[in-house]
Amino acid sequence: MTTTAFLQYCLAGISIGGIYALIAIGYTMVYGILRLINFAHGDIFMMAAYFMIFAMVDFMIPWYISASIVIISTILLGLLIEKLAYSPLRSSPRMSIMISAIGVSFLLQNLATYLFSALPKQYPAIPVLNKTLTFGEVSTSVVTFITPIITIGALIILMAIIKKTKIGMAMRAVSKDFQTAKLMGIEINTVISVTFIIGCFLAALGSMLYFTPRPSVFPLAGSLPGLKCFVAAVFGGIGSIPGAVLGGFLIGLCETFIKAAGYSEFSDVFTFILLIAVLMFRPTGLFGETLAEKV
Amino acid sequence: MLEIKDLHVHYGGIHALRGISLSVEYGKIISLIGANGAGKSTTLKAIMGLVPKTSGSVFYDGKDISANNTKDIVKGGLILTPEGRRVFPDLTVDENIALGAYTRKDKAEIARDRKWVFELFPRLEERKWQAAGTLSGGEQQMLAVARSLMGRPKLLMMDEPSLGLAPLIVKNIFSIIKEINKAGVNVLLIEQNAKAALEISDYGYVMETGVITISGTGKDLLVNDQIRKAYLGE
Ligand SMILES: Nc1ncnc2c1ncn2[C@@H]1O[C@H](COP(=O)(O)OP(=O)(O)OP(=O)(O)O)[C@@H](O)[C@H]1O
Ligand SMILES: [Mg+2]
Repeated sequence: MTTTAFLQYCLAGISIGGIYALIAIGYTMVYGILRLINFAHGDIFMMAAYFMIFAMVDFMIPWYISASIVIISTILLGLLIEKLAYSPLRSSPRMSIMISAIGVSFLLQNLATYLFSALPKQYPAIPVLNKTLTFGEVSTSVVTFITPIITIGALIILMAIIKKTKIGMAMRAVSKDFQTAKLMGIEINTVISVTFIIGCFLAALGSMLYFTPRPSVFPLAGSLPGLKCFVAAVFGGIGSIPGAVLGGFLIGLCETFIKAAGYSEFSDVFTFILLIAVLMFRPTGLFGETLAEKV
Repeated sequence: MLEIKDLHVHYGGIHALRGISLSVEYGKIISLIGANGAGKSTTLKAIMGLVPKTSGSVFYDGKDISANNTKDIVKGGLILTPEGRRVFPDLTVDENIALGAYTRKDKAEIARDRKWVFELFPRLEERKWQAAGTLSGGEQQMLAVARSLMGRPKLLMMDEPSLGLAPLIVKNIFSIIKEINKAGVNVLLIEQNAKAALEISDYGYVMETGVITISGTGKDLLVNDQIRKAYLGE
């Protein structure tokens, strides 16, 4: 492999890894607060892609306005799912809410099939993102180049929110102890909503970056990336945001190099081997804490 | 200032509170004692809206707060220091203290109260950057009390503040309870340590399997034969 090719693959790997990281943060944050694996998260990411098609293709709204519409509608979708499918089960056994999440996932996939048909739809081109950049020998599209920058930027802002703001402190408290958090006067539902807003915002962002260089969207387009990001979150230690980001980058890079080495069919399998290996040898992931049942 | 009338609580099939009535008057320290599993913690949780009440009512400052959510109750100055400390282990001491003032917006007053609790518990100030989970048990209990004080309680309810602490620290905690009370905070105290609790209390209630069996002034209860046998080990 030449140096140029190597750099090219690195960039591609970091870029897809950044997108995985954005989505993995959504899994890990919701888990951190609710101890729920939000199986619908990948499908929310898919719906965000359809929202973009809706806005840009069907209504011909300029891309920058469409992008904000996509972000807002994705957040609303996430909040709606939380209110209808998860919040009524707050005091039920944890398995019920997991099953509800799986149900929502199927519901979104079938809803998308029903509304938009199972045929792949073309994702609209965002002109600025599709331009080509050249650095010496390495050439790449703008979207590939800015994805890791956006990821890191989002991560820094997110960590600042969690470490420095009042709501961030409340999130950390709620993730440890619901009842005592309530005794501080924290409203659990507000904290949960904020968590979903952040997760869906990042999923919408990830969706735009993911689908821009790809030809099409279809109702199951969210499930494989969703699963990979879930693995990224588990790998990093579910509940840990830096862990999820690291997991995302790692899976993106490995997958890209496996493809580059000519084992494309194997690249998705790799993710699941990684999952099994993590669960076998280090179930708490890289930065995970020892799991204690919450009281 | 706090009046509970005929409170019933069920946990599934268990009838944990079977008609509790008690009242806390202004300026007083009231204690609630009883054996393990009598329903003391349940009473406080029901007052705070943490566990659903089957029936009965809670009046605070003359208002019926039975249906209020926990946040509004806390905002009104009714604050519970939960059993077993329950500090947030990953948060620093300072962050735990800041969370105690979560519902308040008066920044200057919050800063003043923070100074005050650090004066009450100098050990906490020395350790304000430390993760609360790394404090000793006694320090965690101090933090739990300090955190509650940050909510500006009008009525502070403490669930077994002396649990698992060395006698010297217990003494310290009790003298601080008296001090807090002198500073104008009403106190409702739950204790296993019946003697120490009754000694500083104006009035006491004794609870057995979900009902209040005896009540009286602290002094009377201390010399009550039944209580001496059952709770004071004499
Ligand atoms: N979440 C719960 N689910 C079911 N039963 C409960 C629950 N919490 C408490 N109980 C039961 O209710 C009864 C009263 O419990 P509570 O914690 O109020 O006792 P307590 O007087 O505070 O005891 P201790 O002195 O040991 O703290 C006990 O029999 C207990 O087993
Ligand atoms: Mg108790």
